[in-house]
Amino acid sequence: MWTWFHKFASPPHAYRLLGTLAPWFGWPALALILLAAWWGLVEAPADYQQGDAFRILYVHAPSAWMSMFTYVVMAVAAAIGLIWRIKLAHAAAAAAAPIGASFTFLALATGSIWGKPMWGTWWVWDARLTSELILLFLYLGYMALRSSFDDPQRADRASAVLAIVGVINVPIIHYSVEWWTTLHQPASVTKFDRPSIDISMLIPLFIMIAGFQFYFGWAICRRLRGEILRRERNATWLKEAS
Amino acid sequence: MRRAATLHAARLVFRRDLTLAWRRWDEVAQPLIFYAVVTTLFPLATTPDLAQLRTISGGVVWVAALLSSLLALESLFRSDVEDGTMEQWVLSGQPVGWLLLAKVAAHWVLTGLPLVVMSPIVGTALGLPFDAWGTLIVSLLLGTATLSILGGIGAALTVGVRRGSVLLSLLVLPLAMPLLIFGSRAVGMAMDGDSPAGPLQLLAAIFFLVLSLGPLAMSAAIRISVES
Amino acid sequence: MDLQNFLNMGGYAGYVWTAYGLTSLVLVLNWWSARRRESEELTSARRRMSIEKENRT
Repeated sequence: MWTWFHKFASPPHAYRLLGTLAPWFGWPALALILLAAWWGLVEAPADYQQGDAFRILYVHAPSAWMSMFTYVVMAVAAAIGLIWRIKLAHAAAAAAAPIGASFTFLALATGSIWGKPMWGTWWVWDARLTSELILLFLYLGYMALRSSFDDPQRADRASAVLAIVGVINVPIIHYSVEWWTTLHQPASVTKFDRPSIDISMLIPLFIMIAGFQFYFGWAICRRLRGEILRRERNATWLKEAS
Repeated sequence: MRRAATLHAARLVFRRDLTLAWRRWDEVAQPLIFYAVVTTLFPLATTPDLAQLRTISGGVVWVAALLSSLLALESLFRSDVEDGTMEQWVLSGQPVGWLLLAKVAAHWVLTGLPLVVMSPIVGTALGLPFDAWGTLIVSLLLGTATLSILGGIGAALTVGVRRGSVLLSLLVLPLAMPLLIFGSRAVGMAMDGDSPAGPLQLLAAIFFLVLSLGPLAMSAAIRISVES
Repeated sequence: MDLQNFLNMGGYAGYVWTAYGLTSLVLVLNWWSARRRESEELTSARRRMSIEKENRT
């Protein structure tokens, strides 16, 4: 089993495998996202209170979910890289970061856009948006730390420590922000919470989340390939492959 | 036997850092002056009315304390890494975490503790009532201590980086936000007459979590910085 | 839902379409940037290889 794993973790094999895998993630992603978008925009009934504006949920919630999912993936990859000294894992963490940061940005932007027609302001310090904002800071800090070192090994390992420290902090941050928002009882306490959603409204949400997950798989395959190329620029296998 | 040797080494490190700082006490004073300056900015930017300032006094005192602590943290490990002491420590076989914790403790005594002592005065200048002093002091004791350890992790990661203090703040501040939330809220509750036990206990819990895991992260981080 | 209602989104057109538009933009940008990265690395690798070959001969 370990020989297979080490074989996979070797750059040329990983490079080839990722290249084969990518379209298996990419095409389903496209199909699912388009299906979810159509379903969410057309088929699903309009909300009783929010009208058609609630359809923003179908891009906001999956983005928020993916932003957190990606952070965990990044931290786990970093931990694997640090503990077992597997460079491919470090490369995966590096590849995941910009993807996660874009999802976080998207969650914040769509959340803000949703807030305006519903609550009248472009920004609202509710628990979810505030936690997303702090998550964005964590991503940006990670990427800033990576880019501040010339030595790739130090960059990998230092940012791995940061990712692990960050991931332990994420539940603490979430809890503290939740606690913080309940204290002041804003005008509408549960801003984006819905007491009960009709199942017909939930289906496009699940399809979109599935679509985003496949998209993530595709994106990480492609980015990881790019990372491998960058790190292995002087390796012999690359010379022979080109 | 091993444990005693490590504790002894840690105590030596602690005393050494204090002695070194004592010779350069003007450097030690700078974050404290910064604390006073930053606090002054808020009334200048908003209003001289104490009644209005009172509502944000807990928060302002906390934010200013966080920023002042962070300023002093960047140089925590720098000189020891530069002159090779850190490398000796890593190679020595001693559990480095203890030695690093000793340095962080010395730093806290020199920066965090004075900030805590100053805070009631600074708070009063912003309208903070006397009743809230106890909560302010306890919350800041826990908060600055936790921040020193978190900052130690950040400092270990960013040793030698150009303009590392900005990067350090960028890394540490998001992690410190829960401290800020619970700390300033505790002060706010004390001002309202409610019991601040809840947030204070949460602060204590975070402190103990960071105290137990922090040295591990710090030693991993310093090893990475030194071995590169 | 007819086309008119679809585009109008019950009066919330600006918000809904901006949100979906931004989402599409971010997804497309990630796709484009990942592909560009890869092809850039490949071209520079090839270039380096041909330079080395020239230096050897």
